[in-house]
Amino acid sequence: MSGQDGHSSRPGARPGSFERARRLPLVGRALDWGMGPAAASRITERAGARIAGLKVTESVCPYCAVGCSQLVYTRDDELVDIEGNPRSPINQGTLCPKGAASRQLIQQPGRLTKVRYRRPGATEWEELELEQAMDMIAERVIAARENGWQDVDRQGWRVDRTLGFAHLGGATLDNEENYLIKKFFTAMGAIQIENQARI
Amino acid sequence: MPGLGASFGRGGATDFLQALQHADCILIEGSNMAEAHPVGFRWVMKAKERGAKIIHVDPRFGRTSQLADVHVPIRAGTDIVFLGALIRHVIETEGYFREYVVNYTNASTILREDFQDTEDLDGVFSGFDPETASYDTTTWSYEGAGGGADGDAQTHSSQAGDEHPSGGMDVGAATRDDTLQHPRCVFQVLRRHYARYTPELVQRVCGIAPQDFAAVADTLVQNSGRERTTTLCYAVGWTQHTAGVQVIRAAAILQLLLGNVGRPGGGIMALRGHASIQGSTDIPTLFDMLPGYLSMPRASEDGVSLRDQIAAGGKERGWWAFFDSYLVSLLKAWFGDAATQDNDFGFEHLPKLTGNHSHFSTMLRAIDGGVDGLFVMGQNPAVGSQHAGLQRRALASLKWLVVRDLSEIETATFWRDSPEIDSGELRTQDIQTEVFLMPAASHIEKEGTFTNTQRLLQWRDRALEPPGDARSELWFMHHLAKRVRAHYTQSERARDWPIRHVTWDYPERGATGEPDAEAVAREINGYDVATGAPLADFTTLRSDGSTACGCWIYSGYFKEGVNQARRRDPGDLTAPGGWVSPEWGWAWPLNRRILYNRASADPDGRPWSERKRYVWWDERQGRWTGYDVPDFPIDKRPDYEAPPDALAMDAISGDDPFIMLPDGRGWLFAPTGLLDGPLPTHYEPFESPVDNLLHPRLHVNPAAIKWQRPGEPLPRHGRSALPDRRDELPADRAPHRGRDEPQPPLARRAAARDVRRARSGARRRSRHRGRRLDGHRDRARRDRGAREGHAAHATVEGRRPRRAPDRPALALGLRRRRARRHHERPRRAVGRAQRQHPGVQGVLVQRARRAPRGPVDAAAGGRPP
Repeated sequence: MSGQDGHSSRPGARPGSFERARRLPLVGRALDWGMGPAAASRITERAGARIAGLKVTESVCPYCAVGCSQLVYTRDDELVDIEGNPRSPINQGTLCPKGAASRQLIQQPGRLTKVRYRRPGATEWEELELEQAMDMIAERVIAARENGWQDVDRQGWRVDRTLGFAHLGGATLDNEENYLIKKFFTAMGAIQIENQARI
Repeated sequence: MPGLGASFGRGGATDFLQALQHADCILIEGSNMAEAHPVGFRWVMKAKERGAKIIHVDPRFGRTSQLADVHVPIRAGTDIVFLGALIRHVIETEGYFREYVVNYTNASTILREDFQDTEDLDGVFSGFDPETASYDTTTWSYEGAGGGADGDAQTHSSQAGDEHPSGGMDVGAATRDDTLQHPRCVFQVLRRHYARYTPELVQRVCGIAPQDFAAVADTLVQNSGRERTTTLCYAVGWTQHTAGVQVIRAAAILQLLLGNVGRPGGGIMALRGHASIQGSTDIPTLFDMLPGYLSMPRASEDGVSLRDQIAAGGKERGWWAFFDSYLVSLLKAWFGDAATQDNDFGFEHLPKLTGNHSHFSTMLRAIDGGVDGLFVMGQNPAVGSQHAGLQRRALASLKWLVVRDLSEIETATFWRDSPEIDSGELRTQDIQTEVFLMPAASHIEKEGTFTNTQRLLQWRDRALEPPGDARSELWFMHHLAKRVRAHYTQSERARDWPIRHVTWDYPERGATGEPDAEAVAREINGYDVATGAPLADFTTLRSDGSTACGCWIYSGYFKEGVNQARRRDPGDLTAPGGWVSPEWGWAWPLNRRILYNRASADPDGRPWSERKRYVWWDERQGRWTGYDVPDFPIDKRPDYEAPPDALAMDAISGDDPFIMLPDGRGWLFAPTGLLDGPLPTHYEPFESPVDNLLHPRLHVNPAAIKWQRPGEPLPRHGRSALPDRRDELPADRAPHRGRDEPQPPLARRAAARDVRRARSGARRRSRHRGRRLDGHRDRARRDRGAREGHAAHATVEGRRPRRAPDRPALALGLRRRRARRHHERPRRAVGRAQRQHPGVQGVLVQRARRAPRGPVDAAAGGRPP
């Protein structure tokens, strides 16, 4: 992963910050109740940022189209924090409240991890294995393609297409994903391929 | 995007966010940028710090208005009148940038004799056929041009949304009059078209006072020209209007007249709503386009061959002359070795369009039983698409539905908790739709690129594996394709040819078999078929099948095998031009950050001014140079004169900056590319209750497409649309009430709960003359009020209708607006505590000052103020 170099710790205290003031002899004394850094407990001394030393990955915010760069801090397989990337010329370390909370998009209580399946007429979900679901979907998309196939349209003009299934994509998918969607569904003869960028 | 495409040649924002800091004036209209794009808005504030004027034109006073120097409230749906009046002002006061207009726009081009304007024909342009409610665009072309638009595939309408970035006309050797005096030259046609868009009309139609209009107009003119530039920002406040394309066209005309396009701190900044809205049209999951804005083939009586397609899409002049290379390279990327010259590279196997197959018409077909299945990936039509009730009924008509998302969204659960179930219209047991809800991977659990609002591709690295059975869409499509392909391996049918031959050998990774996103990216970038080497850019594409490229405008993002979108070097931001950061990510086309940047230099190739230096001609080196990648043939001299019979890029002279358009000039008048008019004209929005003052005979655009179905009545419009009771109006239009019309009781307002809450809050506040009431004080007062039986705290059902203050119907708050001016607002009506909460103060004051007083309050049982 990129970004491990030089991004594993937070930047130092900004000028004029609390830390800087604390280092001044008199102010520091006052702030530390007159006892100075010597009075800090061992726990305080050991305390650090919870992201210190974690793996950092550079990403891009998934919300609006400004394209703010994000630093994603992970410990093993766990997401710890997401912050703005100070190197990005677009956001220069900042994120809006929504982007700053994007960790909650990933670690939300409602996050799905299993396929849910609803039979025709059923009132409840069932769980399905991923492979089984993929097989079932492939079967259905093939049937729909055949069912809606047109060699010619009503006027007798050649169209070589299927109207049996449709796709509604998102503008939050990657370009590479959109490319495969357009490429394969077009190869299958589908034309009803859309996303919300339609004006 | 067609609005930008039909004006400049490419359907993308012409500028980038960091360039906003160099603007001298920023006009934000149709966007609440401070809230919707807060980080992008930093650059607006940087400009303001440098002294730039910020103007916000919006019906509502929001956070953007608060941070702007001027907020101009406008009646929703009247933007073309406002922009048209600015165009008129700029022309009549000679505030336009003459040298720019004469050399870089088609202002001097002479139109055909038989072109007639809406001003001549009472609201329609020449070529209108009332039978089909559509235009024959032949008469809209230049004098001496080789015919008009060549077929539907090349044009777009703002209603249908058919998109194509360039015009479909070869302009030939257009005749020009550089004095701009010829009565049929575009400049004079434009002047006549907007002659009636006066400040008085703006006042009557938009509700903007003449002095406010004059202030905006003067600010724009003063901040445009050689030394200064103005940027225009818009968002979905324009694009989601039925006439959105024409509004954007009007903005483009204004910016061309002011000479702001292609220059730092200028241009039009389209603020896209989603992370990759721009990307999802560049590589379109849209029915009418192939990647790179190539049009999908359309069926015709004699069939459509590759040659026909190239003849329709390619141009003799300008960059689209290479259309054949782009299309053939795409087919090579898709069908590999099976695509040969002998079989037209497999073109005949592509599915063909016959009409509109957009999302909305597909859902209507689904209700009629014509669609078996639907894939929904990262979308939520059950609540997010227009006419959500109809969308949900369409979902219930499907045989199967696949929803891919992070969580259980409404589209996946419409069968058990939609409003139709609640109302009894649908029963869960009767809905026969099979639903697969597939867990998706989030943005940090997969790798790939987003294309942001400024056409910038940025690669995301993968931080984590997705949890459980969650997978990326890349994985889903890859493994679905493998299964479907396995089913058809033995088939000899012609219809299965594309499935058997589509190139599909993406390497897989890890236990889940995730396909390699970089392998897909390399295919999009393009490669040499013989050697497999990545292409450097799209100029190397060929039409003989020797190159393959999945999206020609993205060619170069894997230049030299390096993932250019993954570059993360911001560079030295303090160096001259360092703010461009060309090594951060990769922007299409060819890493250009400001489009049409040839226009940042004068016709001789010198910067217009030292202050606005960006790209210029270096005589010693004999090439264009500057802070950005020049958007021009790198060694074409500024004094090159195109011979009249020249073709392709040779037909673009050294001072024609808009290389994607056949004549190389920005289009004030769009001779082709739009189905509903070459110049933006004001019609009322379809559901507007106001008559069209400009063209009383025509309420809405005569070429508008209407979806008429039994059981789905169209909204009424004009005066007749005024409901008997104003409370039938949707909440967004309710505040604009007319003289003596009763205000609705709150409980009947078709508004969201928070709107009601804000309104009742405002009434309480009005009683106390704008004093801040929040937190515990608010609660305390409410409790006390309840004890004392004040009407404001009683149940809303019992309230009598209120009367609005005496005010004309359309002059939307001349007095109010004055009171809302920045310097007066906080002191007059708002207490100190409230000033610390900038987000709410505008709304509160607006409500407080509008709220009824005296007898009404007394009648309602409250205290006199």
